[in-house]
Amino acid sequence: MKSYEEINEKIRSGKAVVLTAEEVVALGREKGVKHVAETVDVVTTGTFGPMCSSGAFLNFGHSDPPIKMQKVWLNDVPVFAGLAAVDAYVGATELSENVGFDYGGGHVIEDLIAGKPVVLRAISYGTDCYPRREIETEITLADLNQAYLFNPRNAYQNYNIAVNSCARTLNTYMGILLPNMGNATYSTSGELSPLLNDPHYRTIGIGTRIFMGGTEGYVAWEGTQHNPMQARGDNGEPLAPSGTLALIGDMKKMSTRYIRGSYYYKYGISLFVGVGIPIPILDEEMARCVCIGNEDIYATALDYSVENRAKPNFGRFSYKELRGGSITINGKSIPTAPLSSLKRAREIADLLKTWVKDEKFTLTAPVKPLPTDHGFKPLNIVPPTGAMV
Amino acid sequence: MAEQRVVLTFHRWQLDKPVTYHLVKDYDLVLNILQAKVTTEEGKLVLGLSGLEQNVEKGIEWLKEQQVIVEPLATGLSVNKDSCVDCGACTAVCPTGALSFSDDWTLGYDEEKCILCLACETACPVRAIEEKF
Ligand code: SF4
Ligand code: SF4
Repeated sequence: MKSYEEINEKIRSGKAVVLTAEEVVALGREKGVKHVAETVDVVTTGTFGPMCSSGAFLNFGHSDPPIKMQKVWLNDVPVFAGLAAVDAYVGATELSENVGFDYGGGHVIEDLIAGKPVVLRAISYGTDCYPRREIETEITLADLNQAYLFNPRNAYQNYNIAVNSCARTLNTYMGILLPNMGNATYSTSGELSPLLNDPHYRTIGIGTRIFMGGTEGYVAWEGTQHNPMQARGDNGEPLAPSGTLALIGDMKKMSTRYIRGSYYYKYGISLFVGVGIPIPILDEEMARCVCIGNEDIYATALDYSVENRAKPNFGRFSYKELRGGSITINGKSIPTAPLSSLKRAREIADLLKTWVKDEKFTLTAPVKPLPTDHGFKPLNIVPPTGAMV
Repeated sequence: MAEQRVVLTFHRWQLDKPVTYHLVKDYDLVLNILQAKVTTEEGKLVLGLSGLEQNVEKGIEWLKEQQVIVEPLATGLSVNKDSCVDCGACTAVCPTGALSFSDDWTLGYDEEKCILCLACETACPVRAIEEKF
């Protein structure tokens, strides 16, 4: 048993043993979980994938005379302004009103982080205290008072494998799915993925300090669609999409290496978000969790050609098989392809490892744990009862 | 023998010439049409030519006599390494394995295997792939 304080003391004195989630799997295989529990202090994880539920809060400051911005556009992308006068939220998936799929909220966020000037346009009805009715100007990230990413859902604990059994190509958020099960796509970094290394959320909770977009960020809350009660294997790992995290971090310190706008053909815009979470090896149970390798983490293959919410499944496949390049469904070998970058996930886990080792990035115990006792409810379609005024 | 890949550029006034017919009939070449693009100004044709080596050479000579611009197809695609994030979305749609990962999960492009279908250009979420011609 080690406490956070003991681990942090080792980090401060430069004595902490830090491994990435891939390195620890190899060590566990060679020397066993007990050895890992005794010798390793921190394990660093990483993921770099498209995360649609992302966005940024911005404060523009006041013009002279001031305006209570009612509708706001950044580079022709509508941003949410139903807040105080000069606050706004840029949603990653919002499309440009001018060029549609070619540019969107994710690209606005990337351009701001890149330091590029962005055109701000706003209109208003004018009030006694905010007389201006329209404004057009140019801003950069440095001009803003606050700019922070607040992503309602990131770092999905596991996800589906997507296949398409019908005769036409499908353009989805899981990439282009070729007809007649021509390919299978998946989107997590497997054994490197943050929440798959802490399947029961013992160390990752509200307040946990993390790597986000190239700087430090924090877990703010459970993510939307957080589904801790998803079916799990004997090792505790969920077999389908499960826990999620809401994350917050200072956009002004982020880098476009780890935050990138993206566009999925005929689906829409998203945002690549780089996330890494350090996991303290408090005891043998945490050591057991971080030692679970790709061969023991499974995802479920779903048929995306079925339009219903409940899609038929074609069974479970391990991340080892997925990484190997093909899976077999109904006797047919189907090539697999990832959508999240393993290479950059590794880079993040490595970078976080150096932060912990050399820059004294200490660990935080959760201020409050994530809930473990609720499911994921559907939206039912019912006749309105007339409650609207 | 190996297929030789060339980019042919036609002026507007040459567009109605049956060049492919002559290459097949007079020079006994097998043609693989990799891509064709016609605008109001010019036409571009990417061809794979195979046959006897001297016939391929003669065929190309003949095309030049017809004032068709013949250039070797150096590379079909360029993958911008600065914007590529090595995600793999393009590998999902590449029919020939021209795009694939190396052991350390870096995206690699093998132009020998590329048939210029451009499925990858459509699939890339950060527009890192562009056609070269
Ligand atoms: S153009 Fe087609 S064959 Fe060439 S790399 Fe792209 S997907 Fe593969
Ligand atoms: S889809 Fe684009 S970004 Fe992703 S690996 Fe291919 S070229 Fe790189």
